[in-house]
Amino acid sequence: MKEDVTRIKKIGNIIRVGWFLAYRQIKGSNKSTTMLIVFIMMLTFLNLVVVSGILVGLIEGGNIANKEQYTGDVIIKTIAGEKDIKNTHSLESTLQKMPGISNISVRYIENGQVEANFKTRRDFSVLPDLAVTQVTGIDVLGENELSNLSKYVVEGEYLDEKESGYVLLGANLLYRYSSDFGDTFASLEGVFPGEEVKVTVSGNTKTFIVKGIVDSKVGEVSLRSFLTKEDFWKMVDRPIRNGNEISVKISQDSFISVDQLKDNLVKVGFAENGKIQTNIEAIPDFLNQISLAFGLLGNVIGLVGIVVASITIFIVIFINAVTRRKYIGIMKGIGIKEKAIEISYIIQSIFYATLGGLLGLSIVYGLLVPFFLAHPLDFPFSDGILVAPVGGTMFKFFLLLFVTIIAGYIPARRIVKKNTLDSILGK
Amino acid sequence: MISIKNLHKSYKTKDLETTVLRGIDLDVKEGEFLGIMGKSGAGKSTLMYQIGLLDHPTSGEIILNGINAEKLSTEERTNLRLSTFGYVFQDYALIPELSAGENVMIPLLMQGKSFSEAKNIAMNVLSRVGLSHRISNKPSQLSGGEQQRVSIARAVAHNPKILFADEPTANLDSVSGQSVIELFKDLHSKGQTIVMVTHEEEYSKYCNRIIYIEDGKIVRQIIQK
Repeated sequence: MKEDVTRIKKIGNIIRVGWFLAYRQIKGSNKSTTMLIVFIMMLTFLNLVVVSGILVGLIEGGNIANKEQYTGDVIIKTIAGEKDIKNTHSLESTLQKMPGISNISVRYIENGQVEANFKTRRDFSVLPDLAVTQVTGIDVLGENELSNLSKYVVEGEYLDEKESGYVLLGANLLYRYSSDFGDTFASLEGVFPGEEVKVTVSGNTKTFIVKGIVDSKVGEVSLRSFLTKEDFWKMVDRPIRNGNEISVKISQDSFISVDQLKDNLVKVGFAENGKIQTNIEAIPDFLNQISLAFGLLGNVIGLVGIVVASITIFIVIFINAVTRRKYIGIMKGIGIKEKAIEISYIIQSIFYATLGGLLGLSIVYGLLVPFFLAHPLDFPFSDGILVAPVGGTMFKFFLLLFVTIIAGYIPARRIVKKNTLDSILGK
Repeated sequence: MISIKNLHKSYKTKDLETTVLRGIDLDVKEGEFLGIMGKSGAGKSTLMYQIGLLDHPTSGEIILNGINAEKLSTEERTNLRLSTFGYVFQDYALIPELSAGENVMIPLLMQGKSFSEAKNIAMNVLSRVGLSHRISNKPSQLSGGEQQRVSIARAVAHNPKILFADEPTANLDSVSGQSVIELFKDLHSKGQTIVMVTHEEEYSKYCNRIIYIEDGKIVRQIIQK
């Protein structure tokens, strides 16, 4: 026990002397060189966090948009092979009574088509200007509360629950919005709010006035045509008016988690009526694969950065130790322990990495994350944000620190290990 | 105090082996002021480095208070240098980024003394060498003589049993050199054991024993009062 205490005291003293030497050396070092090293460490940290963060953020931005504009926290879809979600009304009323739920939107969907420019079509030898779409009947107010659909109306206005005969068209149904995608979508020429289009669904065709154009990077928004549910049911004839999608949003102050909500719905037995998915589960698997691949790519690029940073630190400490070899020899000569000298170099490495890392952290969380939230990167399939989860970012911070410590220790050890007298005499 | 038996030291390069010390036998007694003299390349500094445990002899024994120094581990030799020896080098060997006070403090801190205790001791020792007003100055701000006095202060701050000095006056003008030797004289008068390498006859008069080295051997010994 006494031996342990003595040993701990000795180690403590070695660290204290190492700290003393490191502090004086940093204080006495060239300021611009120190700033340059710290700057390199900062750039390395940013490379480590931002590159992978942006790559993952391209997908994550799409996932967030998908959740906010389409799925909500939990979405119930029609089971494959079924026409609709059974017992939609019972499900809806149960959801409304469940604690912690803020919004529900039931969507009624049928495959259909929209024809534009039919008034200017010269004769039947000219092909009609058609676009295939999912005609979606919505509760105008309920949908807007859940998905904020009106926010994405880029031309004209959002639907009015009191009006009839109006349609809201997804922007990607129109050529002027979807031309960037090439021939991916059969899209309509022209078509502006106030113009008439023919909507055909379940064999019924009716003329609607375009109320607005809704543009979003979520396909389920920008490729659909939205009608009030009252107009929808005027065209679609189903024996029971069940929905095809139910999006559910949890209130912000609720303690219920997405998984708990899903579990509760499954326990109640609604899994037999519809396919219940959390917003994460609703993300197509290929997007998760892309996200993983992008994350991996970002980490590889980041690791290259770490190697560069460790080489930088290695060279800096090596040059520092080589040029101070004589003084290292003198210190050893007068009885300063090798470990104390090595620790002084490790502390210097920690100083460079910590300062660079902290600067990087403040730039990431103080500047880049808020900036990319306010100004997402405009990609065709998503609004890219910077994904920098605190846990992952701190892991990268400590990884950089660890690598730097090793990179600082090795050259210091090599120089300190050299013969004391040779070091003093500069042999 | 120190007993050296049949000490040899050779340096090997790829093609050449140079023998510097050839069978030195020497005893250093407590409280004596031993001068090692000889021509350049005679092996005086090499002998001092072996006695001061800064280097390993090729063969022979260095017995310190009954302990064979060659059987000690690197850490034990470092501890011995820290606790028992003090060194003054020809080129002062001060750490440039440390102030005069901090240079003196560093071995004291390594010995486990608190920062304030080490600072107080450094202040006292620097006062003894007449440099208390220079405690915060960096070596680059001091003259050669002042730097050597700081070096002496560092060497004696922890009350070493033996003080080794390798040509301490070689880089100094005569006035500074004299003041450094006066310091050694003063330390010796208070019981400090000193081993000093010098080639300057004028300073050897302060030693109470002088050994002359020639071609790696002790060729002459003079005992002075």
